[in-house]
Amino acid sequence: MDNKKGVKKTTASLLLFTVFMFGFGYGLVPLYDVFCKITGLNGKTIRVTENINREAIVTDRLIKVQFDANINGDLPWTLQPNQRIMRVQPGKFYEAVYTVKNIKDKDITGQAIPSVSPQVASLYFKKAECFCFVNQLLKAGETKEMVVRFEVDKDLPEDVAELTLSYTFFRVKKVASIN
Amino acid sequence: MSTIAHDDHHDHKPTGLKRWFFSTNHKDIGTLYLIFALTMFFIGGAMAMIIRAELFQPGLQFVDPQFYNSMVTVHALIMIFGAVMPAGVGLANWMIPLMIGAPDMALPRMNNMSFWILPFAFALLLSTLFMDGGAPAGGWTMYPPLVLQTGDAFPFLIFAVHFLGISSIMGAINIIATVFNMRAPGMTLMQMPLFVWTWVITSFLLIASLPVLAGGVTMLLTDKYFGTSFFDAAGGGDPVLFQHIFWFFGHPEVYILALPAFGIVSQIIPAFARKPLFGYASMVYATASIAILSFFVWAHHMFTVGLPIKGELFFMYATMLIAVPTGVKVFNWIATMWKGSMTFETPMLFSVAFVILFTIGGFSGLMLGITPVDFQYHDTYFVVAHFHYVLLTGAIFALMAAAYYWLPKWTGNMYDERLGKIHFWLSLISSNVLFFPQHFLGLAGMPRRIPDYNIQFADFNMISSIGGFAYGITQLLFVYIVIKCAMGGKKARARSWDGAKGLEWEVPSPAPFHTFETPPKLTKKVLESLY
Ligand code: HEM
Ligand SMILES: [Cu+2]
Repeated sequence: MDNKKGVKKTTASLLLFTVFMFGFGYGLVPLYDVFCKITGLNGKTIRVTENINREAIVTDRLIKVQFDANINGDLPWTLQPNQRIMRVQPGKFYEAVYTVKNIKDKDITGQAIPSVSPQVASLYFKKAECFCFVNQLLKAGETKEMVVRFEVDKDLPEDVAELTLSYTFFRVKKVASIN
Repeated sequence: MSTIAHDDHHDHKPTGLKRWFFSTNHKDIGTLYLIFALTMFFIGGAMAMIIRAELFQPGLQFVDPQFYNSMVTVHALIMIFGAVMPAGVGLANWMIPLMIGAPDMALPRMNNMSFWILPFAFALLLSTLFMDGGAPAGGWTMYPPLVLQTGDAFPFLIFAVHFLGISSIMGAINIIATVFNMRAPGMTLMQMPLFVWTWVITSFLLIASLPVLAGGVTMLLTDKYFGTSFFDAAGGGDPVLFQHIFWFFGHPEVYILALPAFGIVSQIIPAFARKPLFGYASMVYATASIAILSFFVWAHHMFTVGLPIKGELFFMYATMLIAVPTGVKVFNWIATMWKGSMTFETPMLFSVAFVILFTIGGFSGLMLGITPVDFQYHDTYFVVAHFHYVLLTGAIFALMAAAYYWLPKWTGNMYDERLGKIHFWLSLISSNVLFFPQHFLGLAGMPRRIPDYNIQFADFNMISSIGGFAYGITQLLFVYIVIKCAMGGKKARARSWDGAKGLEWEVPSPAPFHTFETPPKLTKKVLESLY
């Protein structure tokens, strides 16, 4: 059954399949992001625009929010939350402040990556304004106060009484822009 | 049976360098693959000897930690991509056309290319040993951000992986094209020898998984040099994404290494038990289900990265599920031997050892697949013991069995059975001395990929190293046996083993340069005598 036409056809379809699977590899990147967004995995937080005219929500539920700060790798910065703990009402916007300092005599750009735990809470943690939305350039020796404006959604599951917002600053080696 | 065996009057072949460099003959290319694989087995093996020498005693003795990590990394890449995979492809090249009554592979020129890419790719990889910053040392899994710290070797690593992938994909396409289009008239898919089946399924695994790896390492490359941030948190990427991509390839890859071994022992056990393979159809279906399931278990390598509990459960159950078709296969091999008139020539010894030791590796795999306990076992020597049982006493034992089984067909001579048996027993004992204690080391908490260790692990490491050296030296005996067999010895009959079945035993030994130029006539009677 030396079948020249058949060989050609099989080869062509397998080559096509190869190309498809190469594309699928790249397709995993957005799939992964979407999957994490939907499930709140990775503690990725949600960005919203604040609606000022919104009715105030009245609830006596208080959520304890803890603030955490980290520096990745050899970035010569220090990062401190100005407040360790806040007690917030769901449905209301609050501001927290972090202080960052460049301890090197060189201008450096960094990017803060937020993360919320427990993971479920990240689906209900909404930020209207954040220093993590853009790269931060710190001049040599500069100190900066940076603001994050956030609300905890009123639909936060009942069993979550406290959550942690954590930021890690990474050195930006190349131009990058994210959420 | 000489009606099928056709003797070739004009068995002319090209000579000299030209024969090997430009060969499009499936037997020559098969031989090239096998010799290449054996060479790589020894280069990778030398690295393993360095590793075991360093681990012979606690403390740093012979090499510095960076070089040690390079050895661990390059050893794995060489053994996987340079030894086990090419050996399997070499066997496929040699045997598949013979087994299905085809004159050659469907795409002979591509076949030549897919082989010659390999020495080139490994020259790239091995050249990194002499570079600034040393060879890649971040582990064969190439996790970022660590792997991005590789020095000048980095692009060489990536391109070597690309070329290895291209070579394997071309090989896989060739195999499927051959099997689907060039079977002797009258041979249906469900009449093919199991070795052919396992290679068809392996080929699909290769084509489905290697392009994904190629994509993943390309992302590493662009992350390092072109400003993308697929895996860089500062740019909005995520290093865990790489692990998902890698293991989406990586778990099917372990079956790419294992399935051809399943095929080999499914040929050999019936031959020496002198009984047809038990449950042929269930073997085919079990192999296919293992292949399909292997795409849904990748995250069992990532239980500790912080998956959601539902994900952990899903991947735990899916992993357990793979044990079912694997169990079917083991059952069938045992049932084939049950009440057979067994003899224990070297190929059979290696095959029986394969069944037992591969199953031990499967059991430790099951243990690792249980999420809560994997938190303890992950990245310890227990994992090292697991994959060496399935790969060394599994895949490599099966490849050894195949070499002994088909050597008479390749060379026309019987190998020295006494030496073969010595090789087997020494390999069996030394490999277990080498790897069994690593289970204990892992359970006691010794981490993998580390050149020094706490003195509490000293005794088992010393035992393991002694086993390692013994295993390494024993393999030199194998080379001697193969060379001796190629040079001469008792002439092999066309059907070199009494119980051997299949078309490959219908052609003379050694197999002439051209075979089945006119397809064999597979009447019902002939087919029945084949299986
Ligand atoms: C019943 C079948 C199997 C199960 C349930 C299983 C399960 C696992 C699990 C859970 C791990 C991850 C352990 C960890 O890192 O904590 C693992 C690692 C590994 N397995 Fe298996 N396995 C099986 C069969 C195989 C086979 C057939 C092969 C290859 C022929 C194989 C090769 C490997 C390799 C190479 C690794 C280590 C990868 C690395 O981290 O470098 N396994 N296995
Ligand atoms: Cu796996």
